[in-house]
Amino acid sequence: MFSLIFNRLMLAIPSLIGVVIVTFLLTRALPGDPAAYFAGPAATEQAIAEIRAKLGTDKPLIVQFGRYVSDLARGELGNSLTTGQSVAKEIATRLPASAELTLIGLMLVVILAVPMGILAATRPGSWIDHVTRIVSTAGVSLPVFFTGLLLVYVFYYRLGLSPSPVGRLDVFLSAPPHITGFYLIDAALARDAEVFVAALKQLILPALTLAIFALAPIARMTRASMLAVLSADFVRTARASGLSSSKVIVTYAFRNAVLPVITTLGMVLSFLLGANVLVEKVFAWPGIGSFAVEALIASDYAPVQGFVLTMAALYVALNLAIDIAYGLIDPRVRISS
Amino acid sequence: MRRRDFLKSTAAVTAGLAAPAVFPSSASAQARNETLLAISENAPNSQDIHGVGANRPAYEVSWNTYDRLMTYGVKKDPNGNDHYDFRKIEPELAEDMNVGANSITFKLKAGAKFHDGTPVTAKDVKWSFDRAVTVGGFPTFQMKAGSLEKPEQFVVVDDRTFRVDLLRKDHMTIPDIAVPVPAIYNSELCKKNATAQDPWAMEFTKNNGAGGGAYKVSRWQPGTEVVYERFDDWKGGPLPKLKRVIWRTIPSAGNRRALLERGDADISFDLPNKDFQELRAAQKLTVIGTPVENALQYIGMNTKEGPFTNVKVRQAVAYALPYQKIMDAVIYGQALPMFGDKDNVTTGFEWPQKHGYNTDIAKAKALMAEAGVPNGFETSLSFDLGLAGVNEPLCILVQESLAQIGIKVTINKVPGANWRNELLKKNMPLITNTFGGWLNYPEYFFFWAYHGQNAVFNTMSYQNANMDKLINDARTAGANADKAGYEAAVKGFIDMSFEEVPRIPLYQPLLNVAMQKGITGYRYWFHRQLDYRQLAKA
Repeated sequence: MFSLIFNRLMLAIPSLIGVVIVTFLLTRALPGDPAAYFAGPAATEQAIAEIRAKLGTDKPLIVQFGRYVSDLARGELGNSLTTGQSVAKEIATRLPASAELTLIGLMLVVILAVPMGILAATRPGSWIDHVTRIVSTAGVSLPVFFTGLLLVYVFYYRLGLSPSPVGRLDVFLSAPPHITGFYLIDAALARDAEVFVAALKQLILPALTLAIFALAPIARMTRASMLAVLSADFVRTARASGLSSSKVIVTYAFRNAVLPVITTLGMVLSFLLGANVLVEKVFAWPGIGSFAVEALIASDYAPVQGFVLTMAALYVALNLAIDIAYGLIDPRVRISS
Repeated sequence: MRRRDFLKSTAAVTAGLAAPAVFPSSASAQARNETLLAISENAPNSQDIHGVGANRPAYEVSWNTYDRLMTYGVKKDPNGNDHYDFRKIEPELAEDMNVGANSITFKLKAGAKFHDGTPVTAKDVKWSFDRAVTVGGFPTFQMKAGSLEKPEQFVVVDDRTFRVDLLRKDHMTIPDIAVPVPAIYNSELCKKNATAQDPWAMEFTKNNGAGGGAYKVSRWQPGTEVVYERFDDWKGGPLPKLKRVIWRTIPSAGNRRALLERGDADISFDLPNKDFQELRAAQKLTVIGTPVENALQYIGMNTKEGPFTNVKVRQAVAYALPYQKIMDAVIYGQALPMFGDKDNVTTGFEWPQKHGYNTDIAKAKALMAEAGVPNGFETSLSFDLGLAGVNEPLCILVQESLAQIGIKVTINKVPGANWRNELLKKNMPLITNTFGGWLNYPEYFFFWAYHGQNAVFNTMSYQNANMDKLINDARTAGANADKAGYEAAVKGFIDMSFEEVPRIPLYQPLLNVAMQKGITGYRYWFHRQLDYRQLAKA
């Protein structure tokens, strides 16, 4: 097991180096000059040149790259010009916000999609199969910002059931003391029920929006994988031996069908974490995706590089976690590796 | 469970869920009365206006947390709303101002303190002015507009007396001392946080307050939220009514409107023009629209190369633009029209004012024929994608209209980050853009936009010796208080700009703001940001 982890980490190093080089070059290839953008409305050539010198973008690329790598080695990710803060600090405060939202969204997905997939697979062609198909098709074809705005319109603007979409917490409450950065966990640790409930309420609509979007791949994958397993010999044997239907489906069939579902889950998770920009925009969520997009619009290099690097590191960690989970769920994987 | 019990319990659960959003508890209701919740699309990236790349929202933080020596008075605009008065300079941190022949002397208010309790002295004022003219970039540039250029100009006479020595006579000097840039910093606090690489403590003031203004920042979460508390020892003016101001960033325009309409947020500038039109009609909220002083949306034509070097072609374009359609379908009437006067002769010496062009395709075609291009030509029209909400429909209307006189236009969308770069290259044949200046003087506008020095805002590269002479004459006459000479020069350059039309003004935009009915005291400022100090909440 440990040699597996070590090997995987070693394999990740070249890809991380590649990511560093590629993001550096890509951000430099973007049209636009951050100096001209940040020099403000009254910029003269001279003012822009001064800012360019301050940012160091007047130096040749190779010198800039050298400086970037040496900063990186010291854990410096540079400064964001759009928010004026250090990128490392921004990512440290924004990543938990995105992660909390994504994990809650993912939990909702699992709770909804896995049973839907199993039911659809055990009763193919039935009404529940059709419902699953319709819901997942609709979920994936509605753009997330549309689902988000629709939910806000109905539950906040029309019905007044949901709190105002102003971010992670109501404006008149203060954030719980920072421990993990996850408001739910921090509020629970601080035994602050009011903040916990308020944070949970703010989470419901955006998490639901994400869940509706991510429902399709999980439900479809569960259904397909269950169908394949249910027609396998060992299931027929189990049935013939007179085991109860629930025992056959849950214990024998589902455990064997869960591997592709886990893979999809991992993909969906990393995809949601990076791509829920639109949900973050709609719900004023101070997450990492909206941060990166704003930086991109302003051709602000440091945050974009920091973001891509963080996401790359997350992908590596996530893939590793999935591989380990494989081994725990299915001993055959461990043996073959 | 019986049906009735079930319904009752659902109702209770629903009410419980809804309660915090709709009926605030009494304690938070109390807090709400003294707290303003402002929402905007963008967040400040600094607390310090001197910082590299400080954005417009950062000006708002600086304006409310720092004092200037002088400020502007107030007047009523034609609709009866408060409007800053650029002709009236009033004391803020200084208690009076003595204008001598070659210098201006300021006496500081007794008992004025910074947020940390240190008294404000003339030393702090000098340090702050030195900083503004030394750090480079925007602050230094803005100081220069008022002939404030060298640290030697700023003299500490005694603890409460500060003198500015004038390099030359310039009637922009005093107005420039009241703009947001020459804010007064706590020099001791800043020096404590300065480093060898950063002698002006720019890193420190980016995220920390060092002022003595009416509000101090109590929570600073860049990109998300700024919370201010009132500074009760403030001496710069009457004590503000609001105890707290919370400023949240809400990126989605639809949600900003929903928050305002549901009464959860108090005030916002950033809504689409169509929403403002609808909100104004619905009358549930107070909507105030003020023409942005000295600002114009225009079509600019490159006068240095290409087809628009010919003045007849430029006039033909000016007769072919769909002015009224732009007013109705692009900005939904949220602007003052700048077209359709009876002729191209000025009616007064104020700026902006209407020119004499109107949509007249027959006349435009005749001018094209006169110019020797009756069959037209091909060209491109560029705009800033960062402001696509207005620019894109505007350009499509212009494209349609110019097709009628044979000019085939392709639309070129330039990403926001790249727009200024493209402007600096000065090779786009046709653009639409907005330009506005802080200081509300016609010669200030023309100096940037039409003068042969060819500043970045002279996007047409227009160079004409006669125009330059008129602009320079107005500046000299203004500095020497020569009223007749000034008015003649201003009339002269406005007339010339209409006749030569290197840029065609379309409209003067409105700065709109929507707020709850209970909010009073809103004041329009040239910096177009919110001043919390006069606001009150019923």
